[in-house]
Amino acid sequence: MPIASTDTLLRVHSVTKSFGGLMALSEVSLSISRGQIYGLIGPNGAGKTTLFNVLTGLYHADHGEFQLNGIHLANKKPHKIAQHGLARTFQNIRLFANMTALENVMVGRHARTHTGVLGAILRTPHARAEEKEIRDRARELLSYMGIAAFAEDLAKNLSYGDQRRLEIARAMATDPQLLALDEPAAGMNATETTALKKLIEKIRSDGLTVLLIEHDMKLVMGVCDTVAVLDYGEKIAEGSPQEVQRDPLVIEAYLGCAP
Amino acid sequence: MLSLFAHWQTLKQNPRNAWIAWIALGLLLVALPFLSDWTLGRSWVRILAFVLLYVMLALGLNIVVGFAGLLDLGYVAFFAVGAYLYALLASPHFGIHLPFWVLLPLGALVACVFGVLLGAPTLRLRGDYLAIVTLGFGEIIRIFLNNLNAPINLTNGPQGVNLIDPVSFGDFSLSKSHDLFGINFAPVHNYYYLFLVIALIIIFVGFRLQHSRLGRAWAAIREDEVAAAATGINTRNMKLLAFAMGASFGGVSGGLFAGFQGFVSPESFTLIESVMVLCMVVLGGMGHIPGVIVGAILLVALPEALRYLGPLQQSLFNKVLVDPADLRMLLFGLVLVVMMIFRPSGIWPSPTRQRELTPEDGIANQEKESVYDANR
Amino acid sequence: MDIFLQQIINGLVLGSIYALVALGYSMVYGILGLINFAHGEVVMIGAMIALAMLQALASSSMPIAVIILLSLLVAALVCMALGYAMEKVCYRPLRNAPRLAPLITAIGLSIVLQNIAMIAWGRQFVAFPLQIHATQHAIAGASISDLQILIILVATASAVALLLLVHKTRLGRAMRATAQDHRIAGLMGVNVNTIISVAFVLGSALAAAAGIMIAAYYGLAHYSMGALLGLKAFTAAVLGGIGNLGGAVVGGLLLGLIESLGAGYIGALTGGFLGSHYQDIFAFFVLILVLIFRPSGLLGERVAERA
Repeated sequence: MPIASTDTLLRVHSVTKSFGGLMALSEVSLSISRGQIYGLIGPNGAGKTTLFNVLTGLYHADHGEFQLNGIHLANKKPHKIAQHGLARTFQNIRLFANMTALENVMVGRHARTHTGVLGAILRTPHARAEEKEIRDRARELLSYMGIAAFAEDLAKNLSYGDQRRLEIARAMATDPQLLALDEPAAGMNATETTALKKLIEKIRSDGLTVLLIEHDMKLVMGVCDTVAVLDYGEKIAEGSPQEVQRDPLVIEAYLGCAP
Repeated sequence: MLSLFAHWQTLKQNPRNAWIAWIALGLLLVALPFLSDWTLGRSWVRILAFVLLYVMLALGLNIVVGFAGLLDLGYVAFFAVGAYLYALLASPHFGIHLPFWVLLPLGALVACVFGVLLGAPTLRLRGDYLAIVTLGFGEIIRIFLNNLNAPINLTNGPQGVNLIDPVSFGDFSLSKSHDLFGINFAPVHNYYYLFLVIALIIIFVGFRLQHSRLGRAWAAIREDEVAAAATGINTRNMKLLAFAMGASFGGVSGGLFAGFQGFVSPESFTLIESVMVLCMVVLGGMGHIPGVIVGAILLVALPEALRYLGPLQQSLFNKVLVDPADLRMLLFGLVLVVMMIFRPSGIWPSPTRQRELTPEDGIANQEKESVYDANR
Repeated sequence: MDIFLQQIINGLVLGSIYALVALGYSMVYGILGLINFAHGEVVMIGAMIALAMLQALASSSMPIAVIILLSLLVAALVCMALGYAMEKVCYRPLRNAPRLAPLITAIGLSIVLQNIAMIAWGRQFVAFPLQIHATQHAIAGASISDLQILIILVATASAVALLLLVHKTRLGRAMRATAQDHRIAGLMGVNVNTIISVAFVLGSALAAAAGIMIAAYYGLAHYSMGALLGLKAFTAAVLGGIGNLGGAVVGGLLLGLIESLGAGYIGALTGGFLGSHYQDIFAFFVLILVLIFRPSGLLGERVAERA
């Protein structure tokens, strides 16, 4: 059962998606309260990233719907969904590799700025002010993520961990309400993961809601308020990290046999 | 030549030297037609005017191919639209004679509308399909221009439109000689200066667009369309905008071409022209405005230089083995192939683009399927 | 009556030539995800080489059948070598480059080939000296010539042979595996480079056949004949579902019919506004419509993504 809450930010209702005969998501429902860190776990191929792709408009759900802040977003275009306040990162890091770190974050401001062709050509006072706002905000976010030193470096020349951080900065530049992170700790060592945990908590304490896909159980159990478990496209459990860890269905899904 | 570019880059580091360099370049551009009058001859002034025309075209295509990363093989269609619009509305063909200052913006606008009409259905296609569809569109336009002389004579068919009004500002016709400041300006000089001014405007517009939120959004789409969309960029509209901007530059150049030549026919708007402009962009350096300008200069000037190969063959072999005119296209084709294999970022690439087109880099090479593929 | 049937016959003849060229596009696309723009030029080179051979041998004392076969053989061999060289020199170095790069190379290559042909054979149309005594046979008010029958038969035989090769042999299995996933096919012991070369060589052989047939059919060859033909054949491949060989055949035949019927009836359809000289734009409209409404083509499953 979804946790009853007076302030639900994201409500997903029986989202289903299949590829050919393969059922990637089957009637998945969940709801995320504002200010939560919500974990989504499950064995490989359980449908976590598919759910992300549906939520961010890269895939169309076969049926089902979801609302962010009460606004229906199912089957909207990716950019619309980003404009409505759902930003994401990618499991396999998708930065604009040949743009600088600063430019990557500046691109994130696109959805929140308005200068058009004429403004850009004439550099009107408004366009100048907006450009300055974009740059300042982008620098601020780079500092927030602790990568301000690499502002002028090409994204592809950053270290792996910094690329992950940069992707989060870019997502945050869109002023999201819900930040969806797809395996942010993948490939990180223990120290980096600890830093990431602190970062996620900081992001939450600054008012964002976080949806987290992660394989690193220590991170998930340490940082999430609520955890949902997907297996073969179905949600098999949801609750606090402690409850989920004790759930026999979850143990079976991970270990492949009943305890 | 490469070291020259490098030198120019370092020159820009020092502001005082940079100013001196810019002023020298400006003076050179102003004096150029007279310099070539004295040295190479009047025919080269005409070639210079064409260089400027192709600079405009190449910069227009650069927005589409270089900034947004969309391969448009039918770019000449927009050039044709601009040229025929000017020709039909300022010639005895329909007896309409609209003034230049109306026709130029109108040409830009109509070409822009064509760009949107073509782009709207096709831009969601993947890159290589887009290339083919635009190529087809370029050919369709030409076939229509060729055949729309019957049953109603719209375009005058293969004969083209003649006696097009010269560009004029009030009574000041560019097709007449004028004596100003004690200097005699021949028609070709007048056109050179007009083209120079408009080319400078187009260069300015190109720079401003590139270094704006729009330019960044184009670069983002070029780099990774899915990530760009997920970051809140309306990829379809931004691609359409690139198409429309590129098309309007093409429309402007077309109008100027018609006024300058006084004559247009479908022959001027073949696939070959599209390829030639693409070649300029690729040779110079996709996405890098100074590079593209250099590309245009080289590819207009080089075939002219090739003419000297005829007499050379004559003196070496006592006969002309290969007509130099036949070598022109061969050269363009070779430029495309050789550049892509050995120096895909062009002879004067932008600092970032250079790294991007080099095959063996990391994340730039991950499959860039379009957002819409993922939907299907 | 007759006009309709006649257009159908003409359409099938034209269509079977398109189908042969389309097979080449589709095969390469299926395996490499590359639109080989220069494929149309291979068709042209095939026609030109055959023509040059026929002219060179015409005065010899060999029997005419031997001359013809020899010319065909040489044309096919030259085209196969050309296809092999194109891939090896121009496309292979760019296999991991961004998509724009091989596409631009392909266009450049197409222009290079066209202009080499122009320098070699001149700007004029060249008469194809292949004299086939085209006896006309009457069928239900329409007529079909020996040459037309021959074209349909040869095209059918070539297409069937290719389909059998791809679906029934070990080599074909390796090709299909490579089309699915280069890396995995490589891990399974398939020599991916060889398979890609094979695709280019086979496609070029078919292109040579198509070139000879179309030149014999119209009695003319021209250095620029490959560009438009290539574009139409590509349209046929997309129409049938690019990457799908059966689709290429269906698409080719269909496009031939559309063109031929379209040209026959466009005048009537537009009240005389557009005439048969618009024949060449049907292919483009078909292409644009297919790409917009059914990009996977008629027989295509999902468009094969490049691995």
